[in-house]
Amino acid sequence: MAEVHLKLPASEEDVRKLRAGDIAYVTGLLFTARDEAHLRALEWNHEGKELPVKFTEGALYHCGPIMKKEGEGWKVVAAGPTTSSRMNSLEPQFLEKIGARLIIGKGGMNKGVGDAMKKFGAAYLAFTGGAAVLAAQRVRAVRGVHWLDLGMPEAVWVLDAEEFGPLTVGMDASGGSLFEEVAKQIEKNTVEARKRLGLS
Amino acid sequence: MIPDKVIEDTVVELLRLAVTKLPADVEAVLKRIFEEEKEPASRMQMKAILENLKLAEETSTPLCQDTGIHVFFVKLGAECGNIEQIIRKGVERATREVPLRPNAVHPVTRRNPGNNLGVHMPYIYYEPGGDGCLEITVMPKGAGSENMSQLAMLTPSAGEKGIKEFALNTILRAGSNPCPPIMIGMGIGGSADICMGLAKKALLRPIGSSNPDPDMARLEKELYGALNGIGIGPMGLGGRNTLLAFHIEHAFCHTASQPVAINIQCWAARKATARIHPDGEVEYLTHAVKGEKKGGR
Repeated sequence: MAEVHLKLPASEEDVRKLRAGDIAYVTGLLFTARDEAHLRALEWNHEGKELPVKFTEGALYHCGPIMKKEGEGWKVVAAGPTTSSRMNSLEPQFLEKIGARLIIGKGGMNKGVGDAMKKFGAAYLAFTGGAAVLAAQRVRAVRGVHWLDLGMPEAVWVLDAEEFGPLTVGMDASGGSLFEEVAKQIEKNTVEARKRLGLS
Repeated sequence: MIPDKVIEDTVVELLRLAVTKLPADVEAVLKRIFEEEKEPASRMQMKAILENLKLAEETSTPLCQDTGIHVFFVKLGAECGNIEQIIRKGVERATREVPLRPNAVHPVTRRNPGNNLGVHMPYIYYEPGGDGCLEITVMPKGAGSENMSQLAMLTPSAGEKGIKEFALNTILRAGSNPCPPIMIGMGIGGSADICMGLAKKALLRPIGSSNPDPDMARLEKELYGALNGIGIGPMGLGGRNTLLAFHIEHAFCHTASQPVAINIQCWAARKATARIHPDGEVEYLTHAVKGEKKGGR
């Protein structure tokens, strides 16, 4: 288990070196995108429209932050990760057509996304769900916001983060997944739980 | 009659308290779990959770960016004005002042008015009691855990085994998604709507309390005992503890049905309760509030 400090954008080579279980901290741009931003990005991409940000210039962050307007700019109040599995059906297309090297979220993603990450050279980094103040403290500036018409949580916020973490490499670019390892343990424990509950 | 302004200020304060500081019983369990976790991955998650709680309290900042949709439980034990209007005003103000994330959207067009107000939102449950006071509880409910909730209309032949099977499957299906360690609120009986309502109410019970019915208390203990060690662990990265608590609330049901529901609560099990006396004195039941009597800041 290694601890790595990555500068964003991370190169494919650096990302392919990450192994499930490693601890990572990232410095650079984070682009928040949830369900609605994924849908719109794919729609615009399909229509051949230019997207307002290049997601490959930073990390894709599954997050809907609380932001506060301060003068002309914005301040992050709270910015923990959202449930990544909601984007399971959209992420393989996103990785293929729009691209991202690092995805930050919580709870992990399914095998379809894992396969796409392997193919296109991307990794999934898990941040502690709900740890929103901890996350906000690692954001040094807000560089902009796009698609605010989608509402504060669903807009694309460009956050400039420093040593953002600790993140756990949940899924790596070689098909390794911490969540799959945990699932195997859960399967074993389930046999025991069923016995205790008199179900088998 | 309690002045509207006192109630409105109290609603704002309740929301601020709820989203910035967890009740003592929840914090105590999270600390215990941190001590019990031995693997680096699960310890790191619990450490981040506890550090985050401390930071949120110190800076009076929402501990999670998902400040939820706002479910209120109101006991109209004292005379007051139009409580729904007052609560809506309080939610709108808290959204700006705390601030809260504007989460309430139209369910089909997804339009977000930006103030957490909409049709039936905030939602208010009216309950009997209050001991001559107006008692208001707010439960900001995040979507990560709510999305993993389930209802099953079992048949009576499914019996206790069916209930246990449902509990196991719901927790396994939820997995890492609802931000474990989670609290399980289970409703058994009633009708479909009553059952889910009971599951939600079960989440409000203090951790460590039991259902007064000995059969239900036994079932709570048995399910907690068998499922806490299932291995999902803090944030689904594995570990010894998956549950904060397992609470059951029940109602008698039709002889031909056996409804069972689970409402899941993430580790950020937020709630705040205040009692407003007829003379306008405000008493906070879930949080210690310094030098505070009349609500507001």
